[in-house]
Amino acid sequence: MAGKTLFDKIWDSHLVREEPDGTTLLYIDRQLVHEVTSPQAFEGLKLAGRRPRRPAATLAVPDHNVPTTDRKLGIADAISAKQIQTLEENCRDFGITLFGMNDIRQGVVHVIGPEQGFTLPGTTIVCGDSHTSTHGAFGALAFGIGTSEVEHVLATQCLVQKRPKTMEIRVDGVLSDYCSAKDIILAIIGKIGTAGGTGYVIEYTGSAIRALSMEGRMTLCNMSIEGGARAGMVAPDDKTVAYIKGRPLAPKGALFEQAVSAWESLKTDSDAKYDATLVLRAEDIAPQVSWGTSPGMVLGVDQRVPDPATMTDDKTRKATERALEYMGLTPNMPITDIKIDTVFIGSCTNSRIEDLRLAATLAKGKQVAKGVHAMVVPGSGLVKQQAEQEGLDRVFREAGFEWREAGCSMCLAMNADVLKPGERCASTSNRNFEGRQGAGGRTHLVSPAMAVAAAVEGHFIDIRHWS
Amino acid sequence: MQAFTTLTGIVAALDRVNVDTDQIIPKQYLKTIKRTGLREGLFFDWKKQKDGSPDPNFFLNQTRYQGAMILLTRDNFGCGSSREHAPWALLDQGFRCVIAPSFADIFYNNCFQNGILPVVLEADEVQTLMRDVLATPGYQLTVDLSTQTITAPGGQTYRFDIDPFRKDCLYRGLDSIGLTLQHEAAITAYEQKRKSEAPWLFTDVPS
Repeated sequence: MAGKTLFDKIWDSHLVREEPDGTTLLYIDRQLVHEVTSPQAFEGLKLAGRRPRRPAATLAVPDHNVPTTDRKLGIADAISAKQIQTLEENCRDFGITLFGMNDIRQGVVHVIGPEQGFTLPGTTIVCGDSHTSTHGAFGALAFGIGTSEVEHVLATQCLVQKRPKTMEIRVDGVLSDYCSAKDIILAIIGKIGTAGGTGYVIEYTGSAIRALSMEGRMTLCNMSIEGGARAGMVAPDDKTVAYIKGRPLAPKGALFEQAVSAWESLKTDSDAKYDATLVLRAEDIAPQVSWGTSPGMVLGVDQRVPDPATMTDDKTRKATERALEYMGLTPNMPITDIKIDTVFIGSCTNSRIEDLRLAATLAKGKQVAKGVHAMVVPGSGLVKQQAEQEGLDRVFREAGFEWREAGCSMCLAMNADVLKPGERCASTSNRNFEGRQGAGGRTHLVSPAMAVAAAVEGHFIDIRHWS
Repeated sequence: MQAFTTLTGIVAALDRVNVDTDQIIPKQYLKTIKRTGLREGLFFDWKKQKDGSPDPNFFLNQTRYQGAMILLTRDNFGCGSSREHAPWALLDQGFRCVIAPSFADIFYNNCFQNGILPVVLEADEVQTLMRDVLATPGYQLTVDLSTQTITAPGGQTYRFDIDPFRKDCLYRGLDSIGLTLQHEAAITAYEQKRKSEAPWLFTDVPS
C-alpha cells in the first residue's frame, strides 16, 4: 500500500462516514467564530430549535468590526456595535467561550487560535473566514467555510465534504536577507495564479519552509486561499511543539506528552504521492510587491509594471488593463517608482510578535516620510502587550507610526480604518482586490520589512539593498 | 432551502475573470445580522460611477438584463473571502444559477447551501454563450438539473457535471443539517473512539 501524505493522515482520522460516491462526513475538532459570519448561523440554530453539539469545542472573538483606537470610547458605528453585541448574546445563550472586545486575549481570530494553544497539530479546524488556512502551519487541516456550514458544525460537529486533491509546494534553499515567508507565498501565488490551488490542499515542504519560524509558517499558510487552495499545511516539528507548550489551552503534563508522541507521526510518508508538485528555489525569490487588483498580480521589487500591449491572451490583457487603470499605474514603470500614501502593518497575515519585532528593528532611528500615514495594528491584545514590554511601541511612535489596538483593521476596512479613494497603501495584509481597504483605495501587498522601508522612503525600495 | 429543478430565464453576462466576493458584496454590507436585503449591495462599487450615479455600462443597470435569473461569467468566480453574503446577495437579486468555466471552492459550496446552482462549463462553451448573450437582448437558457443539461434557444444543449449528493440535496431542497443529524449514532461513536485516541482534544475551553 502506498504511503500517506500528511493530509491523508488527518483526513482519514476524521472520517465519521464515507458514502460509496466519496461523500464524506468529516469530524471537526474545533471551530473559531467571529462576529461577521456567525449571526445568521446562530439565528438558524434558534429557528430550528437546535443547540451546539460541543460548545466547548468552539472559541469566539470579535475582530473584524472592532475599533483600533481607544476601546473605552465604544464603537461609533451603531451597526458594527450591534453585530458585536449579537455575538456576545449568542455566545451567552449557547454557552460558547468569548474573548470580548475589552479582554486582553481579544485579537484577530487567526492570531489568537495559535496564541491560546487552541490550534493543535492533527486537528480539523474551521471558521467562517477564508484565512482559516493559517492554522495549517501547525500541521492541522484548517479551512474557511460559509455561514451555513458554521451552523452545520455548531449543530453537528461535522461537515459534508469531498476529498480534495493534494499539492506539494517544495521550497528549498536559503532566502535572501530580509526576504520572508510573505515573499515566498506571494511568489508562489504569482506562479500558480489565484485559481492554481483550487480543489487542492497544499503541503509546503523543503528546507526553506523548515527554516521558517511558526509565525512565518502561519503567514505562508494564511495566504494559501489567495492561491485558490482552501487549506495549506506544514508538518509539525520541534518548533511546533515548542510553540504550543505551555499555552493556556494546550494540553498539559502527561496529556501533552501523549499528544506530542502522536504528533510525531504527522508527516508525509516517503513513498506517498501528491496529485501535483511545484518546486521553487528560495534564492530566486526577490522581495515581492503586488501591482494589480488580484494577489496573483505580483512581481519582484526589482521588476517593472507589466505592459498589457505585450500580452497575447485576450482575457489576461483586459484584466491587466483594468487593473492598471484602477491602480493608477503606467506600463513598464519600475516598481520602485511607485509612491505610497499609507502604510498598514497588521492583519492575520503579518501582525504577530515576530513581524512587529522585525518591523521595529528596521524602523528604529528612522522617520516615516513626509505625507505618509503609517500605522501598526498588533494581531492581539497579548501581542500588543508583549510588544510594549519590549519597547517596540516606542520605536514605532518615535519613527512616526501610529500604534493601535488589536483587530482586522485596514485589511478589510470594516471598522473606521479605511483608505480614501485614490489613496495608495503598502500593506502587509493579504488581499489587493478593488476597494478592499476602502472604495477606490489602492493596495500593494508586501512583507513587513518592505512596508517599513516604503514608509520611510515614501516609495517602494529593494529591502536587500536598503542602507 | 428552495429546491432547484428546472429554470428558464434571462441570462446576464458579466465578462470578467477572477470576480472576487469583495466585488460581489463589499464589506459595509457584512455588518448585517440577516440573510436578506442584500440586493442593494450586490456589485455595489461596480454598478455606480464615480459621482455615485448608476453606471449605464454595468450589466446590472441595463434594462435588457432586467429579471435575469442566470448569471454567465468567467473563470474563478467568487474567489477570495468566504462571505456567504455573496450568494445571499445574488439570490436577493433573483439569480438562481451561475455559469462559469470555474469557481472558487468556498463560493461554490456556499451556492449549494442557498438553492443556487453553480454550473461549470468548458471555457469554449462559455465563450460561445458569452458571445450569443452579448449579441442577443432577451437571451434565455433553460437549465435542467435532473438531466444536467442547459438548452440554448437554438436547441443546442450543454451537459454539465455535478456531484450526485449535492444534486440530490439541491433538487429536493433538503436541510443538510437534518441529513447529518440522521447519522447521530455514527458521530457519537466517532467521538468515543477519538476521545480514547486523542483525549487532549476533549478538554473544555475554559471561559
